[in-house]
This record gives sequence, C-alpha cells and structure tokens, in this order.
Amino acid sequence: MSRSTVSRRGFVTAGGAALVSGFAGCSSGGGSGASTDTASSADVVEIGVLEDQSGNFALVGDPKHKASMLAIEEINASGGIDGKEIEVYSRDPQSDNQRYQELTREMIDENDVDVLWAGYSSATREAIRPIINRNEQLYFYTTQYEGGVCDETTFAPGPTARQQLGTVLPYLREEYGPEIYTVAADYNFGQLSADWVKVLADEHDAEVVGEEFVPLSESSFGSTINRIQEADPDFVMSMLVGANHTSFYEQKASAGLEIPIGTSTAMAQGYEHRRLEPPAMANIYAGVNYMEEVPTESNTSDGGFVDRYFEKYPDAPYLNEEAETNYFSTYMYKEAVEQAGTLEQPEVIEALESGISLGTERAPEAPEGETVELDGATHHVDHHMWVLRADEEHTIEAVEDRTVPEQFLSETVGCDLREEAEQTQYTPRDYFEEAE
Amino acid sequence: MVNGLSLALQFLDSFAFIVLAAAGLAIVFGIMGVINLAHGEFILVGAYATTLAATQLGLPLVVAMAVGTLVTALFGLVVERTIVSGAVPNAVGQRVAGRDVMEPLYDRLADSMVATFGLSLVMVQGARIVFGNSIDQIATPLGEIAYGAFSYSTYRVVLSGVSVAVLLVTYYVFTRTDYGMRARATIQDEETAKALGVDTERTYVTTFAVGSGLAGLTGALFAPIVSMQPTLGDQFLVEAFVAVVVGGPSVVLGTALSGVVLGAIDAAFSNLYGTFVGRIALLIAAVIALRFLPEGVTGFVERVRTRRREGA
Repeated sequence: MSRSTVSRRGFVTAGGAALVSGFAGCSSGGGSGASTDTASSADVVEIGVLEDQSGNFALVGDPKHKASMLAIEEINASGGIDGKEIEVYSRDPQSDNQRYQELTREMIDENDVDVLWAGYSSATREAIRPIINRNEQLYFYTTQYEGGVCDETTFAPGPTARQQLGTVLPYLREEYGPEIYTVAADYNFGQLSADWVKVLADEHDAEVVGEEFVPLSESSFGSTINRIQEADPDFVMSMLVGANHTSFYEQKASAGLEIPIGTSTAMAQGYEHRRLEPPAMANIYAGVNYMEEVPTESNTSDGGFVDRYFEKYPDAPYLNEEAETNYFSTYMYKEAVEQAGTLEQPEVIEALESGISLGTERAPEAPEGETVELDGATHHVDHHMWVLRADEEHTIEAVEDRTVPEQFLSETVGCDLREEAEQTQYTPRDYFEEAE
Repeated sequence: MVNGLSLALQFLDSFAFIVLAAAGLAIVFGIMGVINLAHGEFILVGAYATTLAATQLGLPLVVAMAVGTLVTALFGLVVERTIVSGAVPNAVGQRVAGRDVMEPLYDRLADSMVATFGLSLVMVQGARIVFGNSIDQIATPLGEIAYGAFSYSTYRVVLSGVSVAVLLVTYYVFTRTDYGMRARATIQDEETAKALGVDTERTYVTTFAVGSGLAGLTGALFAPIVSMQPTLGDQFLVEAFVAVVVGGPSVVLGTALSGVVLGAIDAAFSNLYGTFVGRIALLIAAVIALRFLPEGVTGFVERVRTRRREGA
C-alpha cells in the first residue's frame, strides 16, 4: 500500500524552487527534502480516496468509492493526467471519524497524495478539516451538504442545502400551497438545513408551521406522523438521514399520510424508491443535482455514465448523487492540473480557482447535464439542478430543471478565497433573522 | 393538542414495540442468566429471513414470517450449542485435550456480554458481506384506519394484539406445561432440579431456542416496517434492555408491566413534545426505576408481597 520512495512533494518543491523561484515559498513542503533519484515518482499522480465501504454510511459511501475508481480508470485509459498515470491510494474508513483522522494523516504524511477525496457526512468533514488545513492539503468533499464552508484548500463540488432545497421548495410552494412542516435529522446537517427551509420559506412567501428534529437512531415515526397530521401542512420538507430514518417513508405510507414531501436527502442517495416496495415513495420530490434516472444525453445514452458504471460494477445496486460528484470532480482536477502544468498543490488550487468548466470542448460533460462550472471564489459548483418526482409505481420523472448557482457564500457571505485565505464554516443564522 | 385516539394508538404502538423487542431477551436472561448483546442481531436474522422468503421465494407474508421465526430458532440452537454452552467445541476438543475446553456461559453475566457482543459484530458484518448494504423491502400490509384528519397504520394496531398474544402464550408455556415446569425448576435451583431428574442441559437448549425464536418473530413482524439493513438490530436493543431492567425478574409479568409503563411514557412525551423528548423521557424513566426499584417492577411487587406475608 504505502510507497517507500522519498516524498514526492519534497522533490517537486525543490525542483519547483529551482525553476520557479517565486513559488518556492508558498509550497507546503512537509516531505523529507529533495532527492535526485525520485524522478520516476513525479511521473505519476497520487490520488487518495477515503470513502465508506462498510459501517453506517456504506450504503451511500460505497458508490462514491466506485465512481472515483471508474473516473480514474477512464482517465488512465485515455493517457492519464498530462501524460502521467494516476496511482490510487484507497482505504476503507468504515464510517468511523477517528479512523478517518488516522487515514487522512496516513494519506498526507506517508503516501503524500497530490489530492484527497474523503468523507460522506458533515461530521466527518469537520473531523478531518483541521488535519487538511494544517497540511494545506488539496481536498474534495463531494457530498451534498448544508453549505457554508469557505476554506482555502477544500473544494465542495456537491450541491448545498440552498441549491437543493432552493430548487424543490419553490416548486412545491407553487404547486401545493404555503404551509410547510419540516422533519430533519438531529445533527448539524439537519439543523442547518431546517434553518434554510425557514429562509427559503420567507423568500417564497411561505411559512413553516411545524418542525421536528429526529435522532439518527430513531426508527419509529408514529408520533411524528400524528403531529404532521395535526398541523395539516400543504407539504412536508424532509431532511431525514440514514438507514433508520428510511422507515419514515414506509410508515407514513402505511398510515395513509398522503402529503407531498420535498427532500434533499431521500432517493438520490439511498435509492429508497428501489429498495422499498411501492407506494412508499409516491409523491416524493427530490431537489438534487443527480439521480441515476436524470434524463441527459451524457447520463443515459448508450455508453453513457450509467452504462459505463454498471459495466464496471454489474452488481452495484444504484448510481447515486454523490457518486456523480466524485466522478466529475475527478475530471475537474484533471482539467486543473493540465491547466497548471504541474502537480504542485498551490498551483493546482490556483488553476481550480480560475474557474473550471465541464461540458466544454476540452472537458467532458458532467452526467447531471450541460455546463457545470466551478466557482473559483467559493470553491463550490454552479449545478444543473433537478426536481425529480416518484409516482405510485416509484417511476422517476423530471418535473423541473435549471442551473442554480451557489448563492450563500458568493452573495450573502461574500467569501472570495482568491482574495482572502479562510478556513471558516458560515451558517444561515449568522445572516438571516428568519433562520433563528 | 393531539387527540385522545391518536394517543391511545400511539400507546398501543409503543407497547407492542417494547414487549416484542424484550420478549426473547427476557427469557434468555431470566432463565439462563445470559445477557445476550446479540439480541438485536437475532432480530436481524428473523427480519432478513422473512424478507428474503417473501421477496426471493415469493412466499405469502404469514408463511414467510413463520419461516423467519423458525430460521432464527434454529440459529439460536446452533449458537447455544457452540458458543453459550460450548457443547460442540467440547465434544470435538475432548478427543484432543481430553477435558472440557469451554466452560458454559450460564449465569456468567459479564462473560456472556463480551461473547455475545463479539457475536453481534460478526453477525452485522457477516450480513453486510453476504447480502450487501441493504436488501429490498416488503411493503406494510393491511392499509390504514382513518379518523377525521388523522389516520393510522392498521398493521401496527394488529401488532399490539400480537404482542399481547405472545405474552399470553409465553405465560401459558412457562406455567402450564411440563417444559415450563422444568425450565422454572432449572432457573430456581439447577442442582436440585438435576438431582430430581430434570435434564437441565436440554432445558437450556430449548429455552435458548425459544428465546431466539421470539427474537426471530419480532424481526419477522417488524420486517415490513423498519429499514432492511445490517444494523437494524440496534434500534431494538436499547428498548429491550430498558424493558427487562424495569420489568425485573418475572419474565412475562415484568415484560408486560414495563410495556405498559414505558409505552405510556413514550407515547405521551413523543406525541406532545416530539420523538426526541419521548426518547429522553424513556431513558429518564429507566434511571428512576433503577434508582428506586433496583429489582424492577416485579421485584418490588415481590418484596411488598413478602412483607405482607410476614406481617400477617
């Protein structure tokens, strides 16, 4: 697994210093210094991938791992990155944050990776971000999440709560009416997402009439369902997370609760519409950038993303939202390295910050569709977002789609990482009265 | 304010969940003195076997549930022979070592906890390796009961009936049958029972299989409701232990009483203040019960009875 060679970054740092003296000082270094006989190690790109293949998040994490491997295999087959072959370091963190911390250190200190993809949950990201920051490691966090991370070396190409909820909530408000009931998982993602529901409700002339936070270990939703019925809202916003919470959909169906539900978490990640027997997911609307069913040319055509994925992994159950983000962000990294002409992280980050687009002549289209653009200022992505609805038979249809930029960091916070290096996570409560 | 009928149905729901989660555990713990931390995974076996029998073999749901229960009982039998009593390893080991290589885990609380905890880890990961991170789920049968703005799952109401039936049958088996007599004799004084001709070893095997079968039944009954994934046993374990601790030494009566008390607390608090508060209330109730009734509700009843008898 680990390589016995001398630090590659140390070599590049020294080499870079000789050639481009201006950048020598910015380098993070950390290796064991220059060595003349490690030239061969500069001919490979070392990518670290830490995704959950077992433990609590295996259901949603395993497709991320598979999609990363697919992207890497494709890139290697077509000549690598700038002529260099990719070498992957991959370990299974088993959904354990402490193991994540150990493995992140291992990836940086021992394997000296050029770039790292890691983590499903926000809790994991926050557990390893201090290590990432200390080592100035280029890092991709690819899960859809609550948003607000403005960090100089972290790139969050997954859609944020404002992008996801901001796509589905206005649609449901228009279709069904202004009264919203929120049910969310009781941890930072759920709490912040619920705050976003309030902000978005205010912006779209709607109102949150009830709100409940459910512990991740809970799987009985009888009282929650009764409380929703009592409040009698026009629709429910559900940000329930994890395997235990999946029971909510089965239970609300068997209790005869026939209310439209908008979600940023169900179906696109844990493919509940495939796992549960119909009609548990009937009338559920996902506001997401990707599901396996997204009807784009690059996704569903012959030889498209779905075909390639299942050709490599015939037994895989589903191709989920985060898998797509792992996939296209690997291509974003490739594009940035080729623009930068080096693997050195500060320069690659600078290239990423210049704004990388997929779906142009140079780079392949992201499976979610059209041009997907990385916003250099915030390290987030302007996504092609979809509202996807499951019907009585759990067939998915697209009812709306449009490009939605990341707004919170760019417009509200004014985060510009090209101007100012930061390592902060901003929350809606800092900026919106409605969120409180 | 949530209406009274909702509250009543919610109570029945909590009651059924607590009673069914605890039933098998209470028997294995009460009679054999084995703390089974793999109880949740026995429920997992029942749930998976039922779901697979229904989705893969196409069996009708009730038949699939019977299959799930039987598979778990058989599985329990194997676990008892190999891990808990060590009879099989000993039979193999005697030829090599010429003596018992494994001491049975009966009445060794801490040791049985560690052994079954290990078993539960192996089972969860084993399920993941064999069946993947999730299996397709069967839908909840029987539709809903509607009343005004509210509605409730019929199946969950039926479950509360089943839980009462389980209690009654268990009560009958342990008080009115020969097997029940032998089981109770074994629990009270194993040496004397043995001296009087009770095959205590066989009683242990049967009891463990019955306890496992009950866990399997719980898994079978909840298969259409809970999410089918390898860690599904976790959600039952806490309730089961709280119920056994609050219930005390009398298996059937204790489980029934803690179902009533804890079910009422859970229903009231979850309905009025949400699921999270309901969960907290349940745990606070357990703390209070442990503090004031260290031997559980039935232990307390027993103590009062003894005192009365002595006073009279």
